[in-house]
Amino acid sequence: MYRYDEFDAAFVGARVDQFRDQVARRISGELTEEQFRPHRLMNGLYLQLHAYMLRIAVPYGTLSSKQMRKLADLARKYDRGYGHFTTRQNLQFNWPALKDVPDMLAELASVEMHAIQTSGNCIRNVTADHFAGAAADEVADPRPYAEIMRQWSSLHPEFSFLPRKFKIAVNGGPHDRAAIQAHDIGLQMVRDESGALGFAVYVGGGLGRTPMIGHKIRDFLPERDLLAYIDAILRVYNLEGRRDNKYKARIKIMVHEKGVEGARAAVEAEFAAHDRQGLELPPAEVARIAAYFALPALPAKPPASERVERRQAKDAKFKAFAAANVSAHKIPGYAIVTVSLKPIGGVPGDASADQMDAVADLAEDFSHDELRVSHEQNLVLPHVALDDLGAVYDRLASLGLATPNAGQISDIIACPGLDYCALATARSIPVAQRLSEHFGDGARARDIGPLKIKISGCINACGHHHVGHIGILGLERAGEETYQITLGGSADERASIGQITGPGFSSENVVEAIETVVATYMGQRQGPQEDFLTTFRRVGMAPFKEALYERSAGSDI
Amino acid sequence: MSDIVTANRLIDGVVIFQDSAGLWSEDFARAAVYADAGATKAALALAAQAEARDELVEPYAIVVELRNGHYVPKALREAIRATGPTVRTDLGKQAQGQAPVYAQHPPLETPHVPL
Repeated sequence: MYRYDEFDAAFVGARVDQFRDQVARRISGELTEEQFRPHRLMNGLYLQLHAYMLRIAVPYGTLSSKQMRKLADLARKYDRGYGHFTTRQNLQFNWPALKDVPDMLAELASVEMHAIQTSGNCIRNVTADHFAGAAADEVADPRPYAEIMRQWSSLHPEFSFLPRKFKIAVNGGPHDRAAIQAHDIGLQMVRDESGALGFAVYVGGGLGRTPMIGHKIRDFLPERDLLAYIDAILRVYNLEGRRDNKYKARIKIMVHEKGVEGARAAVEAEFAAHDRQGLELPPAEVARIAAYFALPALPAKPPASERVERRQAKDAKFKAFAAANVSAHKIPGYAIVTVSLKPIGGVPGDASADQMDAVADLAEDFSHDELRVSHEQNLVLPHVALDDLGAVYDRLASLGLATPNAGQISDIIACPGLDYCALATARSIPVAQRLSEHFGDGARARDIGPLKIKISGCINACGHHHVGHIGILGLERAGEETYQITLGGSADERASIGQITGPGFSSENVVEAIETVVATYMGQRQGPQEDFLTTFRRVGMAPFKEALYERSAGSDI
Repeated sequence: MSDIVTANRLIDGVVIFQDSAGLWSEDFARAAVYADAGATKAALALAAQAEARDELVEPYAIVVELRNGHYVPKALREAIRATGPTVRTDLGKQAQGQAPVYAQHPPLETPHVPL
């Protein structure tokens, strides 16, 4: 875990004091709302449908037990006893009072957390693969580089007034768990022929009303050039990104308009012109930061656990949990445990203060004090000894957190939608709840296999619907909620934007429509080993369209 | 078409409604209903004064309609804002007895039934 040095602590502390002063001046009337709004947004404070909303950064999705307990504490003390984990590895509180926010930020600073740049036209919280530092398949831990970028981008004077928000994600291995091609900049850790560490660089991905998959503009960027190169990308974007139309202001539009070759040439020219001035990463500094993320001491253990095997043989629920929620660790004898925040019929990403405390206890007892937040709105215990899996499962089950559905059809991403969000056009969460109740986490869900449903309550696509295997977009039409379905999206290393099936479905019929899609997949697949996305890519849209609009009652619109 | 005027209280963000005295209440039932555009315009002018005094932010008018003898917001967005999250009926105005009254088949108390 990264620990703040004196500079970090002073920096965040000063920011809290500054915002405390700004809030006092706003409440006294010295600042107008127009003057105050950019300040509150740069500190993660929105005004939402029911109240203010505070978005707290969980840098690259890594939390200690102490930090998680502080979030639980804040939920109880200043909010309504729960928080919402988001698709950008942040935590949102939905009900804070403006007058309390400076105290909340001060308490966050006491555990080395903040809400800086979780909103506004700046570089947002840098996200990372949630299995970072633990995954068996990783090339290198991406978090030291995410931390370097966090430090570099925090209140960066040149990049605090960009044309639009800017999101960076970094992934540690060949399997993309961080949706890097859906980001403004996506970084993939790679090694060159000599074994040197570096990054494949993608630019111009993004969702929203104009979804685009990022383009690779560098196969291999040496580690030392990380900041100089992304600085060059940001400089080109800051100059050439459109400021005349907020809907065309993201870098994806600039890349689209310049063409990939044009964008690459502009970035490379800027990179060459500045010749890494002051931005070349010193190896000693990289090593110093990387040391914070060192793997905890994990004593060697047998690669399999007889205890786990015995329990699996007699406990079907545990077996289902182990199959879905336990992933391979880089150290034999250990595992990564996904704690699903998708209980059947529950609100995706919500966790009560008691659950946060309990997961913090679990991390302390079984995962070397480490936790992760995934962009899929789940929590992760990254370093669990295989022999402890049974005990971890039992504790999770007692908390209602042992839903064995990670990566399955009921592990649904959903934005807050119209239940909370001022921008939303339809509700997302109730659709997710009904779908998860419909498909469940039992034998049928296991038979369906890996299937990612992602739901957004408006065109801004916080629920990543464009890259869902099945995407659902909630819209309002003539005063009614209507849901558009897309198929074939993907956020992994073979990223793709989903295709719209056709006219949308009413709230009453959307679950049945998804059932039709799933049943069509089951009928088309070449066996249980062929997952939904593979089948869709093989057979295309036609059979799904036919099932949705010709054979069944069809859409409502 | 009738309107009411709503805003968020500056200090805590709570949703509030303008009452017939031009004051502000957390309770939807106390909201003054304006039957014509002129009355709504005057109410918004009064709200702008409260905004200028930094009591509230983002005042605006919403359309309400009579259903079963009670005024309720016409748009789903405003119904949810005046009631609370449909997925957490323990939160928001619905939990405090300050939500619009839906006499028949309360739509926002049954999360899985669309409006």
